[in-house]
Amino acid sequence: MDWILANTGRIAELTLDHAALSLPAVLAAFLLSVPLAVLANRLRPLREPIVSGTGLLYAVPSLPLFIVLPIILGTGIRDPLNAVAALTLFGMALMVRSAAEALDAVSAEVRLAAAAQGYSSWGRFWTVDLPLAGPAMLAGLRVVSVSTISLATVSAVLGVPSLGSLFTDGFQRGIMESVLAGVVMTVVMALILDLLLVLSGRLLMPWARRRA
Amino acid sequence: MGIEFRHVEKTYPDGAQAVRDISFTVPSHTTTVLLGSSGCGKTTLLRMVNRMVDPTGGQLLIDGEDIAGAEPVRLRRSIGYVMQHSGLLPHRRVIDNVATGLRLNGAARGPARSQAEELLELVGLDPALGRRYPDQLSGGQQQRVGVARGLAGDPNILLMDEPFGAVDPLVRLELQQQMKRLQTELRKTVLLVTHDIEEALSLGDQIILLRPGGEIAQAGTAQELLSAPADDFVARFLGVAQGRRRLRTSAGQDGEWVVTDAEGRPLGVVEAPPGPVHPRADPSGSVPPEDGR
Repeated sequence: MDWILANTGRIAELTLDHAALSLPAVLAAFLLSVPLAVLANRLRPLREPIVSGTGLLYAVPSLPLFIVLPIILGTGIRDPLNAVAALTLFGMALMVRSAAEALDAVSAEVRLAAAAQGYSSWGRFWTVDLPLAGPAMLAGLRVVSVSTISLATVSAVLGVPSLGSLFTDGFQRGIMESVLAGVVMTVVMALILDLLLVLSGRLLMPWARRRA
Repeated sequence: MGIEFRHVEKTYPDGAQAVRDISFTVPSHTTTVLLGSSGCGKTTLLRMVNRMVDPTGGQLLIDGEDIAGAEPVRLRRSIGYVMQHSGLLPHRRVIDNVATGLRLNGAARGPARSQAEELLELVGLDPALGRRYPDQLSGGQQQRVGVARGLAGDPNILLMDEPFGAVDPLVRLELQQQMKRLQTELRKTVLLVTHDIEEALSLGDQIILLRPGGEIAQAGTAQELLSAPADDFVARFLGVAQGRRRLRTSAGQDGEWVVTDAEGRPLGVVEAPPGPVHPRADPSGSVPPEDGR
């Protein structure tokens, strides 16, 4: 406990670093996955390659990916951007399928009715398809957010600071409190983001609660 | 004028022929019913009117103009559409569902909502229900909202695809009666699809009976179809052949007149006794008694 009290500044700093890695990755994974999911659903023959292909990204071991990415991106190996890029790819591995299935599950009858009312296909996407796929997409996004925050700790192995640095330092120097603080803060951050996602879902989709 | 189908065909890419060489006209301000069992192409024909389906042959004209040149989205915004299970947007409040078409046609939110409230009243709903989401309404109420939405923007043409097919019989009857009342007032050009014979007879100024394979079996008024079925199929479909619609009256015990079908099953009671001109109206009771089974 003494160690933690003596190191609150460092823990806070690493928490911010951790957030700076995982939050942009979650956002980017979501923003990139939705258009890919739309493309997958529109071009039926490409659906499986796109959905399964991105899904396979998850099978790539994280450590090699962190090392290979800098070579592809041309950034330094300790650049936080690498970590963000890698986390985004892992997030997409989960999110593309989730978004594609959510959009696919929107009732054909409602879509037909909307078309008959005179929605253009673009207008229908924004005002009918996307909101109605919202609850299922949110479920996918919650998994992505939790998994990204937990995965971001790996960056510490490469020397990109995050809450994972509390694990690596703690192990090397035999400070149990450090490891524990890292675990607790990671879980707390995951829970807070999850809560925020659920709340914004309620705010943005007030109709969904009644249907549950 | 009205809606004119000219030798319309629809063959799908896989070779399935949904509709073959169909010609008929829906006169303005009247109701035409497309009647037939499932798979006879009636919904396909309906959806051609707002270009949800494009014919592969023939022409479709609205007020004399070929709609092949019309922009589909704009065309749909000018035509009311009511479907089975209402097809309401579950994430929009009832009032906004009704206002959808008005908004798409460029109305501001305020005026669109107040117009939508008037429409809810027109179809017999409390405007306060507008605050709710569709799944908080009963099936019958949802269907009324669907009709209100179809009427929004006062379109000349109203397309109705089995509009009352998913509600229980009592509510269906109520909705049909209301539709009749509305139609005498609003005089829309209505094309309605149903497989329910009663509904067709009660709502249709003109009935187009389709046979499986997408051909017209007979077109005419309810009276024409019932009194002079064109062939066996028509007679069987309408139930004339089985005697379901050959009705007889016979004197009951207390002097009232009971209506029975050809098999002697009682269907109802005649309120005003048939006049003496009627061949079966001899009040002396000389009606040949049905050997009621």
